[in-house]
Amino acid sequence: MFSYILKRSLVAIPMLLGISLLTFILMRLSPGNFLDTIRLDPQISEETVDHYKTLYQLDKPVLWQFVHWIKNLLKGELGYSFYFNVPVSRIISDRLFNTFILSFASFLITWLIAIPLGIAAALHRNKFMDRVIQFFSYVCLSLPSFFLAMVFLFLASQTGILPLGGMYSPRFDDLNLLGKATDLFLHLVIPALALSLGGIASLQRIMRGNMLEVLGQQYILSARAKGLPENRVVYSHALRNAINPLITLLGYEFSALLSGAALIEIICSWPGLGSLMLTAVRSKDIYLVMANMLLGGVLFIIGNLLADILLAKVDPRIRYEK
Amino acid sequence: MKSKSKEPKPISEFQLALNNFKRNRLAHFCVYLLLALYGMAVFADFLSPYSFENESRQYSYSPPTPIHIIHEGKMTAPFVYGIEFHYDENRKRVFEMDKTQKFPIQLFQTGDEYKLFGVIPCRYHFFGVPEPGRMYLMGADSRGRDLFSRILYGARVSLSIGLIGVLISFSIGLLVGGIAGYYGGGIDNILMRICEMFMLVPGFYLLLALRAAVPDDFNSVQVYFAIVIILSFIGWASLARIIRGMCLSLREREYVLAAKAIGLSDLAIILKHILPHTLSYSIFAVMLSIPGYILGESALSLIGLGIQDPYASWGNLLSDAMSIVRIKFAPWILWPAFFIFLTVICFNIIGDALRDSLDPMLKKAA
Repeated sequence: MFSYILKRSLVAIPMLLGISLLTFILMRLSPGNFLDTIRLDPQISEETVDHYKTLYQLDKPVLWQFVHWIKNLLKGELGYSFYFNVPVSRIISDRLFNTFILSFASFLITWLIAIPLGIAAALHRNKFMDRVIQFFSYVCLSLPSFFLAMVFLFLASQTGILPLGGMYSPRFDDLNLLGKATDLFLHLVIPALALSLGGIASLQRIMRGNMLEVLGQQYILSARAKGLPENRVVYSHALRNAINPLITLLGYEFSALLSGAALIEIICSWPGLGSLMLTAVRSKDIYLVMANMLLGGVLFIIGNLLADILLAKVDPRIRYEK
Repeated sequence: MKSKSKEPKPISEFQLALNNFKRNRLAHFCVYLLLALYGMAVFADFLSPYSFENESRQYSYSPPTPIHIIHEGKMTAPFVYGIEFHYDENRKRVFEMDKTQKFPIQLFQTGDEYKLFGVIPCRYHFFGVPEPGRMYLMGADSRGRDLFSRILYGARVSLSIGLIGVLISFSIGLLVGGIAGYYGGGIDNILMRICEMFMLVPGFYLLLALRAAVPDDFNSVQVYFAIVIILSFIGWASLARIIRGMCLSLREREYVLAAKAIGLSDLAIILKHILPHTLSYSIFAVMLSIPGYILGESALSLIGLGIQDPYASWGNLLSDAMSIVRIKFAPWILWPAFFIFLTVICFNIIGDALRDSLDPMLKKAA
């Protein structure tokens, strides 16, 4: 298993380098640069600008700058955010945590609701319940998540039961631990729900399909023939085999979540990686963009690796080593 | 000479799939609905009562104008009343109907000039009210422009971006996937690593980075094409991977060997003999991926990085609703979302129906 993980990580390195180089070139192509932005700030002297220029070798060719960035990266330095005026690593770690909370909440909601729904739909195939579930799936799948977020925020503004965007209340620091948790939870409801509905719909459909396929297998027939109670047939024989293929999806889901979360974060002003990326790109804060992109790639690789390892754990047929 | 035998004609697989598809009435209905939506986009300037730029600021956020058929107790042809407003204590406009003014809704009303199909200058609009009357079917936006007209114009951008985007990304995806699958080995390895590179980072991040590289001085048409290209740039990789998987098995078939023996070039074999067999997959994959482009454009325009005012797209019309309080006073600004939803659900239903009806073919190809 260890050698498998190592091999996968090594393969990922050139790809991460490639996407970083692409991002770097794109950011350098983009009109204007961050030095122009900080030059506008009267508090920053021309010397400081020159200092940055030499520090990041901005007078050198683009490719050389990129190599310089890689060198710093290997030393563990992600560079400096010109927009926020702090090292990139400090902002990124905060934001990563916030995005993680949102993604994890949405992930939990999606899987906890979609799996039982998919099973129920498969067991009641083409009956009333299945029809209703499939109808709502189509609707949820086709409703843009940003629209859902808007509508939820609007409803919250009308009823006043949920906070309107952001992550904390202004009085967050005065609350005790339980109060803090509740406050965070209330802020989480709208973005997490908006992010989950589409996911529930699509995962439910996949689960239903898998379940139907497994229920048609011979071993289910033999399990029924030997007189097992229906519950055991469904939940211990069929379910385990129907869920296995979903684990591969888990890794991809993770990356899709980051992507989808970005827009929701922007609309609900959730201080996560996605809204950070928008700010960074808009203010041409190149090292922040680079770090964000790299982090997105690393998270995707980790997500996929975890999914593969998990799959090997639950499915004895899968072995990565010879 | 005609053969007189009564034997039923052999049905091609494609015909079979089409027959299967026709049996799905919901999907059938969606096809017509989509055709209507695209028709709306093509004839937007004729069907809309106003041009997308026609503004009258005093009617900012005027609510939808009700259409009446009864005037002073007598039934008449459909008409609208004049719009009148006063300010309330918060200096907010309150709109009322001015029952003294009555403007009949007329077919082929003359109004803003436009060029039909981009060439024929024309002033006739399908329907409208004579000046100084003003008709807002779906309400007005912040500058008093007719939201209905703007939605029709926006359909041009939002609906065409899906089609062009899919065309570009599928051409790239099919070609790359075909080449990788056909040659295998080192070429396959390199091409697939490149694909994975694009799938590695969250699509939205890549979208933002690519958008950043678009020069500021682009005009609206250039921005439109830049957005199409950016969206297709992100979409091709996943398709290429799937097509490559199919081609790996297709290249082992005897007819490919036969084509090689005749001396066809590799490119001809890929284009003529291998890729057509992935068609059944591609057809519904196209249908199911178009919504991604429409939503991608909406998302970009929503955060102000897409189509810029005064030009309309469904996403940028909806960006008005980003300030949540406005929804309360002018709920009609959510109309564009309804059109996005309608289009996306149609593509989803048609795509699913196509997959179901192509299924027997699909199993053979894969």
